[in-house]
Amino acid sequence: MATIGHNNLNAKLVLLGDMGAGKSSLVLRFVKGQFLEFQESTIGAAFFSQTLAVNDATVKFEIWDTAGQERYHSLAPMYYRGAAAAIIVYDITSSDSFSRAKKWVQELQKQGNPNMVMALTGNKADLEDKRKVTAEEARVYAEENGLFFMETSAKSAANVNEVFYEIAKRLPRAQPAQSPAGMVLVDRPAEGSSAASCCS
Amino acid sequence: MDEEYDVIVLGTGLKECILSGLLSVDGLKVLHMDRNDYYGGESTSLNLIQLWKKFRGDDKPPPHLGSSKDYNIDMNPKFIMANGMLVRVLIHTDVTKYLYFKAVDGSFVFNKAKVHKVPSNDMEALKSPLMGIFEKRRARKFFIYVQDYNESDPKTHDGLDLTRVTTKELIAKFGLDDNTVDFIGHALALHRDDRYLNEPALDTVKRMKLYAESLARFQGGSPYIYPLYGLGELPQAFARLSAVYGGTYMLNKPECKVEFDADGKVIGVTSEGETAKCKKVVCDPSYLPGKVRKVGKVARAIAIMSHPIPSTNDSQSVQVILPQKQLGRKSDMYLFCCSYSHNVCPKGKYIAFVSTEAETDQPAIELKPGIDLLGPVEEIFFDMYDRFEPVNEPTLDNCFISTSYDATTHFESTVVDVLNMYTLITGKVLDLSVDLSAASAAEE
Ligand SMILES: Cc1cc2nc3c(=O)[nH]c(=O)nc-3n(C[C@H](O)[C@H](O)[C@H](O)COP(=O)(O)OP(=O)(O)OC[C@H]3O[C@@H](n4cnc5c(N)ncnc54)[C@H](O)[C@@H]3O)c2cc1C
Ligand SMILES: Nc1nc2c(ncn2[C@@H]2O[C@H](COP(=O)(O)OP(=O)(O)OP(=O)(O)O)[C@@H](O)[C@H]2O)c(=O)[nH]1
Ligand SMILES: [Mg+2]
Repeated sequence: MATIGHNNLNAKLVLLGDMGAGKSSLVLRFVKGQFLEFQESTIGAAFFSQTLAVNDATVKFEIWDTAGQERYHSLAPMYYRGAAAAIIVYDITSSDSFSRAKKWVQELQKQGNPNMVMALTGNKADLEDKRKVTAEEARVYAEENGLFFMETSAKSAANVNEVFYEIAKRLPRAQPAQSPAGMVLVDRPAEGSSAASCCS
Repeated sequence: MDEEYDVIVLGTGLKECILSGLLSVDGLKVLHMDRNDYYGGESTSLNLIQLWKKFRGDDKPPPHLGSSKDYNIDMNPKFIMANGMLVRVLIHTDVTKYLYFKAVDGSFVFNKAKVHKVPSNDMEALKSPLMGIFEKRRARKFFIYVQDYNESDPKTHDGLDLTRVTTKELIAKFGLDDNTVDFIGHALALHRDDRYLNEPALDTVKRMKLYAESLARFQGGSPYIYPLYGLGELPQAFARLSAVYGGTYMLNKPECKVEFDADGKVIGVTSEGETAKCKKVVCDPSYLPGKVRKVGKVARAIAIMSHPIPSTNDSQSVQVILPQKQLGRKSDMYLFCCSYSHNVCPKGKYIAFVSTEAETDQPAIELKPGIDLLGPVEEIFFDMYDRFEPVNEPTLDNCFISTSYDATTHFESTVVDVLNMYTLITGKVLDLSVDLSAASAAEE
């Protein structure tokens, strides 16, 4: 849930999409400015955080990348819980990945928070010669379903920051505080650790 | 699916999910399947529609109860000791980052037909109506002895060797009456029966200290904490840990038949005509019914109410222990209540559970002493289920089967079972020496 304090917003953002569509590559590009030609299937990262400044506020994204649970459609409800935004990623060179993306949109409309900001992203836009999904077709679908749409390339960095920036702008500014606030148990005094650390 | 795995885990109950997480973190290749289309198995939390489907067949929940989605009703209700083992595992694995907790408001005990707050230290003992004036002073002395007791400092032992002196003898030294002993033993030291009286007192003293330290930890009215949105969050959080470390998840897999070779060693699991190969299988008793035996059964009631449990200071979350002796039973009965403050139901509603190890086949009658304490209920569901434990030899068949959760189960036995299984599977001992004293709670 996007929560507010002194013009600082915390927003949980979830990534969804077919295996190999480039979800992790988009996060890596956005968070670290890197791209790996042979990005391994996602392992070992619980979530990343990254802060963006938009005109009136700073938005700290807590980005949840899926791993091993969405492949066979076995995501836990916890994954969506409290998500303020979702990026649904497909690969423009694969029609299958576009069909899968539509399934995710349906799932989110059913399960997710109705105020969730949803972005549809056609990734691998650098591979124009292998394109299977036209931008027009995706744009029409996005409009019909109330999503905003962009084509990106994690490889060339095209539009990657723009997607996150656009989401940050669209997040509702004043959101009613989540009902009861709880506490997080921590081992040491809370500090903003970005990637997961486990069992060291 | 036709790949080879180190371990296939069947069932997404809490124990299976903790193991799946620990094994994936160890670098093992894990496939985790469940026949249900939801996480948690027996330790899931249900919404109203799911609850009605389970207990009332075709009926629909009445609209005045509010939105189904606002309910998270535990199928295996328990609280977590703030300084307990489960908290150590949560911190050790860093799974806490997926969860929000809140302290539980109250801890009560049933004594002489009334519900009383559990006094946990010398000051509270002095105020408690549980005891008469002279008994209070004796109890206060005993609490001070326990508070000051330090295993490694003989000066605090008062000349008593608690590894030899029985609990009964220790109590006799302070002259406490049976009534006091009953609430100390069952509501503070959390013993399930009276065997502890004839066992060395050290265990009971340690348990009382754990209670007091847990109570001090979060300044709640009880030593317990509980996750927002219900216990069903716990298996999900450990499943995410497993997935993040490479575990693959498949829900809604019918059958999940475990396959064996001619020597009776596990070789894989078949579902929907496909077989995934593996070296080891970890599962709950329902996946290998031929390798477990029935050891008991649990009777329980689930109630939806519009008021907190009477005589608990309007606690929004509370535990009441009804010691066996107070009811003339062999096993204790437990009351558990949670509400909107932990996000398990809409504002103004309360979910209460009554559970015990069943001694008859009539839960409605057997649970009556607990149910009578609830006051009027809007809806009530009765249920009984069998408990199983494994009888196989894991070194021969490579099957590692967990023990069913008991009524009276607390997370202590859950975690002990998990740690033992972990050691059997990996040959390693999990080091849980996290720094609890440095652990603190960050307010969101
Ligand atoms: C519905 C319900 C049913 C309950 N049923 C029981 C029950 O049958 N028996 C019971 O004793 N309590 C019962 N309780 C209370 C329960 O024990 C506490 O909630 C529990 O101790 C919390 O433990 P934990 O697993 O979080 O911490 P624990 O892991 O239990 O605590 C860590 C350490 O503390 C010690 N310790 C603490 N409590 C116990 C214990 N109960 N037994 C053994 N060692 C302990 C152990 O040394 C353990 O290693 C019940 C509570 C509820 C709400
Ligand atoms: N050419 C090109 N390749 C990309 C782009 N984005 C990702 N890739 C490549 O596509 C492959 C898959 O990318 P990932 O980021 O791992 O995809 P994912 O969606 O996270 O995949 P899973 O974690 O397996 O679900 C990797 O080899 C990337 O290098 C892109 O924009 N252009
Ligand atoms: Mg990935």
